[in-house]
Parts: sequence; structure tokens; C-alpha cells
Amino acid sequence: MSATLPTTDAPPVPVPTAAPSTKPLSPNQRAWARFRRNRIGYVSLWAFAVLLALATFAEVVSNERPFVARIGGETHFPAISNPAEVELGGDFHTPTDWKDPFIRDLMAKPGNWSIGAINPHSANSTNYFAKEAPPSRPASANWLGVDDKGRDMLARLLYGFRVSIWFAIALTVVGTSIGILMGSVMGYFGGRIDLTMQRLMEIWGSVPELYLLIIFASIFEPSLLLLLILLSLWGWLGLSDYVRAEFLRNRSLEFVKAARALGLSNAQIIRRHVLPNSLTPVITFLPFRMSAAILALTSLDFLGLGVPASVPSLGELLQQGKNNLEAWWIIVPTFVLLTVTMLLLTFIGDALRDAFDTRKS
Amino acid sequence: MAASPQPLLEIERLTVRFGSSTVVDDVSFAIAPGEKFALVGESGSGKSITALSVLRLVDAATSTGVIRFDGEDLMAKSERQMRSLRGGKIGMIFQEPMTALNPLYTVGNQIGEVLELHEGMRKEATRARAIELLAHTGIPEPERRVDAYPHELSGGQRQRAMIAMALACRPKLLICDEPTTALDVTIQAQILELLDALQREMGMALLFITHDLNLVRRFTNRVGVMERGKLVETGETTRVFADPQHEYTKRLLASRPQRRVQPLPADAPVLVSGRDVKVSFAIPTGWFKKRHFEAVRRATLELRRGETLGIVGESGSGKTTLGMALLALQPIAEGEIAMGGVRIDNAERAALRTMRRRMQVVLQDPFASLSPRMTVGQIVGEGLDLHRAELSKAERERLVLAMLDEVGLSERHGVGHVLQRYPHEFSGGQRQRIAIARAVVLQPEVLVLDEPTSALDVSVQQQVLALLAELQQRHGLSFIFISHDLAVIRAMSHRVMVMKDGDVVEEGEALSLFDAPQHAYTRELLAAAHLA
Repeated sequence: MSATLPTTDAPPVPVPTAAPSTKPLSPNQRAWARFRRNRIGYVSLWAFAVLLALATFAEVVSNERPFVARIGGETHFPAISNPAEVELGGDFHTPTDWKDPFIRDLMAKPGNWSIGAINPHSANSTNYFAKEAPPSRPASANWLGVDDKGRDMLARLLYGFRVSIWFAIALTVVGTSIGILMGSVMGYFGGRIDLTMQRLMEIWGSVPELYLLIIFASIFEPSLLLLLILLSLWGWLGLSDYVRAEFLRNRSLEFVKAARALGLSNAQIIRRHVLPNSLTPVITFLPFRMSAAILALTSLDFLGLGVPASVPSLGELLQQGKNNLEAWWIIVPTFVLLTVTMLLLTFIGDALRDAFDTRKS
Repeated sequence: MAASPQPLLEIERLTVRFGSSTVVDDVSFAIAPGEKFALVGESGSGKSITALSVLRLVDAATSTGVIRFDGEDLMAKSERQMRSLRGGKIGMIFQEPMTALNPLYTVGNQIGEVLELHEGMRKEATRARAIELLAHTGIPEPERRVDAYPHELSGGQRQRAMIAMALACRPKLLICDEPTTALDVTIQAQILELLDALQREMGMALLFITHDLNLVRRFTNRVGVMERGKLVETGETTRVFADPQHEYTKRLLASRPQRRVQPLPADAPVLVSGRDVKVSFAIPTGWFKKRHFEAVRRATLELRRGETLGIVGESGSGKTTLGMALLALQPIAEGEIAMGGVRIDNAERAALRTMRRRMQVVLQDPFASLSPRMTVGQIVGEGLDLHRAELSKAERERLVLAMLDEVGLSERHGVGHVLQRYPHEFSGGQRQRIAIARAVVLQPEVLVLDEPTSALDVSVQQQVLALLAELQQRHGLSFIFISHDLAVIRAMSHRVMVMKDGDVVEEGEALSLFDAPQHAYTRELLAAAHLA
């Protein structure tokens, strides 16, 4: 074959750009397009975003105190600063209880009005003037019923979800970051560093985590931060093994050799070449790690080793559900919320994997 | 077309489809008993699928047509009947003997399994027969090797064991799917001689699937040429080689490398020099003990501006290790390497950094040498980011585009939006062009080419070699061309170094070395590659 032949051989895959005249998409735009092509994942992302937004701004959705109240010609903002009852003409110097019949009567007078949240309950607000004994079933005042301490279920779920989901996000971010860092160091450098760190990890991994949690729970006041730190200390172990294995494989590939020949530093090679090709297990496990983190907090709460009882949490609701089996309105919504969250996360994870797979056109 | 009145295997109008794509399109040919037939073609031509269809081993495909073996219609047979044929009357050997043998069983066990299955032999009796078969295929000490695991055998021995397995039931037809591609040239020749001898002795027919035209010419009676699923030409091997009818056959035959070397000016300065370079690897043999394996022993070389130094050798000869040592990607144990008079072995980072720009590399596998998660623009531009940080983004992009255009990837060549596309959207030859662009965009003086065309089809190979020769002339590049392929080395090199087991056994001007090899090993290599 002579040297002047046309120099392109036929591409094995058809050119993916739809029309050659249009401007091609940037890599990020193409990743987003791949994500969107996974319909279930895309819808799940929206659903999850809505849930997350509702929970994050739970005070706006579910609040026992009105946002604005006009009483006797004066304007109050109880959601921000709750006036004492005496200021409104009541007897007590304590902050106003907006479910008190006295206040209700007051609000019914002409000229007085208030704008409140769509669900007028907070996570820890108890209606002391309810007619039925808690736990009471769903009614117009409490859409999902009342738990065994007289608190509104919907508010309890919303606030509990907020604690659980943000705790899970934090735990996942911290655990995944440590896992990627440790795994990449072990896998990329290999040899003695790998050997030493692996042995240390084995020792660390054999520490009985649960006993430690029990001990710490009795020494310190349990708090979300303490739990986050304790669970993070062990949470990265499993993931780092996968990242290490991917790095061990990818560091010997030819494009890494080519990158070394270009003169890139180790950090640059890890960041640009090895890491992006080693993230498949990380992304695959991401939704499962989120679910596991939610469940970890839930089960610790259930065991009573988690957050204090006043903090709303899904685990605490599950425990209530177990203690009050006849009150189905406690266990069923909690269970549904947990299941739906896990499902959404799994679907999002699927779409995320598509987005990261550059081979998918 | 049929060579004898009673063909052993007859394929009529075979069509194989995967979904909507047709991989084998209306193929008909016949093989007579005791005939050596070759299906030749480039990757994706459908030759392997055709062969696998004979055994009905193609999954998830819809096949139509007639396959008659020994007078019986194979398409009509049940899966159970097919199983008794596979490994019985029809044997098969594969390209990669390491993966085709089960690593958990000894060779004897695996041969025995075939005998138990098809001959109904008792387990105890199979051992003696396995030893006999291994002896037949020329494995030394078969009594000992029968208990060896696949990893304990060399590549050639593994292929011999595979042949022993395939021959266990005296097949009438032996299908050989690229039987020598994974082997070194000298081993290739031995395996082919063995197949030839066994074929004559046992009178079986051979169906070769191969891309190696040399093999076809030397070892087969008849040949069928496949292109994109179609059988474009069939005929006596000697006739097809002497007088090809079809356009594609002509192209294929013409794609043997042609020499593209320009003479060097007499005063070309020395760019890279290596003196007594030794590379050794420490292999742990116990908790605290280490053994040293010398991959390269005392290699001395010089490379002048604009020159191509070919380094040729079989696997394990140390040629790639030497190349990596010259690139300072592999620390050396002894000796020294200099680039433009500056020592670069075990040098400091800063010195290495400037050196990196002057010396670049193109690696063998175009599928593995480009990061699948980076766009072509990122891949080619990465070196510029690092070494020419003073360039603005627009200037950088202009340089990258100009380079890609130079290697034949631009709108002008019918490839649109190169910068934003990912490597997997390109064919093997195009990917190798991207790898070349990545190296040459830095305007290096020396390019180390580590088997740059070995993973490519012959016709694409020629295009890439032509491109390299063109770039060499335009930019005055010096090449260190590492390859096991003597024809390619001969086509590209000014001077040639022959390596064997870490030693440089012969060195000299390319043509005189090929015409009058001094060392026995060089002669053996050339004979095996049929170039002498």
C-alpha cells in the first residue's frame, strides 16, 4: 500500500454527533446527557431532590408557630422569635403555645390573623389539649396521626428524615473520601507502603466497633457529630479495598506509562489518569453506602445507642412502631419512607454509573 | 470450486447475524479430506465467526445456510449430537493457549477429560494415552510434563499441549484459530512444522483462521480471503498469491512492509547514547531473600539525529525494558544513558522534566494506551499543559488541532469534532494516530516506538508506518523502533540491534544485517520469519 493512501480507516462505531454542523457537546454536557437518558434515574433524582429540599427546609413546611401573626394591631414573627404569652394578653411568661385554646380564641377575633406552615406541627410539639389519647390515628388535625408521645407523625417523619439523610450524606462523603485516599495510596505505590497499610487496616478492622460505640455512648452524651466520627473511623475500610484493587490494575496500564513518559508527577497521574478510571466501584457502591449509613443511624437509634430521644429520627420512629404495633400509622409511613429513599438512591446510582461511562454514547 | 468430489466439510450460503449486523454474509466453501485450507482476513472480517459456526459455538446469533460435515447436516443436529462432535471428529485449537487451558488442572487431567468424554476410556487408562499424545507433539519429558499445570509450561509447550488435546480423538478436521499469533517467531515455525507433520501422518483436514499471509503461503493448499463478512476470493494458495483476482486480495498481498528509509547525512550528531546499560529486577524468593533477574545485560547503543534504530527480539529478550530504560522510566543498575550529552539515568526531577519533552514514546496497544475517560483534546493537549504552560488556551488548541490534522485526524480527512470525542469512538489505527499525535505535539527529538503496529491489521499497519516515516522526515525525528516483527524492522530501520535473553547478540546496518546475518540466532529468526 503506498504512502499516499487516505489515512483514515473506517471507524468501528458510527460518529455519535447527531449532525456534523452542530457544535459538539463538552464532556460534562455529554455526561449529563447520558445521565438524563436513564429515565428512571433522572426522575428519581428529581424526586430525591424534592424530598431533600422539603426535609432541609422542614421549618417552612411543618411548623407549630406561624410565620406572621397580626394580633391586636401588632405584627409578630413567631417562627423567628416567639413572643411570650403575656405579650399577647395571656397569663404566662413562657413562650406562646399556639395550640392553646386561649390563643386559638384570640386568633378567631376579628382583625387578628396569622399565616403558618402547611402542617402546623413541629417535631417536638405536643398538643396537650387533644381529645384523644396518643397514639391517635390520622385525622384532619394530624394528617398522619400522632405518635405515642402526642407528637405529629408527619412532622416527626420530615424532621427525622432530615437528620437521617444529612447524616448519611456526611458519613458517605467522609467515608468515601478517606476510602479513596487510602485505597489510591496503597494501590498506586504498592510494595512496602501497601503491605504495611494493609496490615494496619486488618488490625484496625478487627476492633469491635459495636462495643466501642456502646462504651462511648455511656461515656459521652451521644450526639450526631460523635456518631459521625465513630462510624467514619471504620466506614472507609471496605471501600478502600476496592479502590486499591482498581489502582493496582490501572497503574500498570499503558496510558499510565505514556503519562509518565510525558513527565507528569505522581499526583497528576493519580488525579487525571488513574483515579477517573478507578471510580466504577465507588460510584456503584455510592447509593448502597448511603442506604447503609441511613440504616446504621436507624439501627443505632433503635438500639438506643444513637442520638438523644428528643432528636427526631427514623430509628426512633421504628422503635415506636415496634412498641405500638396496633398504631399502624407509625410503622407504615416510616417503612415506606425508608424503602422509597433506598430505591431512589439505587436508581440514581444506576444513572450515575451511566453518566461516568464514557463508552455509552 | 470444490477440490475433490467428496468434500469433508461443505459450507453453503452461510450467513450469521448478530441483531441487525451481518458478520458473515453468504459464505460458501468446501474442504476436502486431508486438505489444508486457510481463511484469511483482517480483524472483523468474520473469519473466526465462520469457523466457530462449524462447531455451532456462536451464541446469540442467527445463522442460516447449510453446513455439511462428512455428509451430515450440522445445522439440523441437536445440541447433544453437536457435543459429541466437538472435540471428537472436529478438534479446535485457540490463539491464546494460556487462557484456553484451565489453570487449576494439570495438562494430563485436561487431555484425560477429552478421552473419558469421547472415547469412554477409564480414568486410569487415560494417563498413559496422554503421555503418548504429549510425546507425539514433541514435548520433552512427557512423563513429567503430564503432571504439569499450564503455568509451568512455556508458551510453545502450552500450544503443544493444546494440540495434544485436540488430537486426542483423532479428529478428521482440526480448526486452528490463529494458532501461532501469540507465540514468538521461532516457536511459531516449530508449531507449524508440528501441525504439518501431524496432518500428513493422520490425514486430517486443517482449517486455519489467520491474518498471517506468510503462514498461508507456506503451509496451506487452498485459501479463502474474507473481507467484511464476505468471502471475496477462493482458490489454490499458489494461484491466489501469484495472480490475485479480487481488489481486496491484491491490496492485502501488497501490504507487506516496504522499505521507507532515507539516507542519513554523514554529520548527523549523536542524540542518545547508552553505555553498558544493565537493568535488573529483584524477585523475592522468600521472606527476606531476593534473586536478581537481569533483563538487559551490557547494552551499548548510539542514536543519531534523524536515524532509526531497530531493536528486534522475541518476548523476554529485554527489548522493551531497554526502551523503557532509555526513556528513564526504568531505573538502571549499571552503565549510563545520555541524551544530548546530559546523563539522564537516575537523574534529578528537573533534568528529567526537560528530557521528557525531548524524548517521547508510542506504545503498542492503541486500546490501552489512551485513557478511556479523557477526550482526544485532553489527551493530546496534556503534554502541552505541562511543558508549554506559557501557551494560551487558544494557542494550545490550535497546536493540538494542527497536530491531529498532520496525523490524519481532522475534518479534512472526514473525521469531525476530534477534540471532544473519546478514544473508543475511533478504530485501532486511528487510536494509534492519536497516540502518535500526543507524542509528536511536544516536538520531541527522539521517539521510542514500542511495537507501534503489532496490534494493527496489515493494511492499517502500512498506513501507520507511512505516517511515521513522513513525520520522521518532516521533523527530523530519531526513532528507537522496538518490534518482534522483522519485516517491519527491515522496512523502517537504518541500523538494527538483535536481542536475546537480555544480550545484544548482533548489531549493524539494517540491510547488510538482514542480507548476511552473522549470529546463529539472527539466522534462526530470519529463517522463522521467512525473510532470509
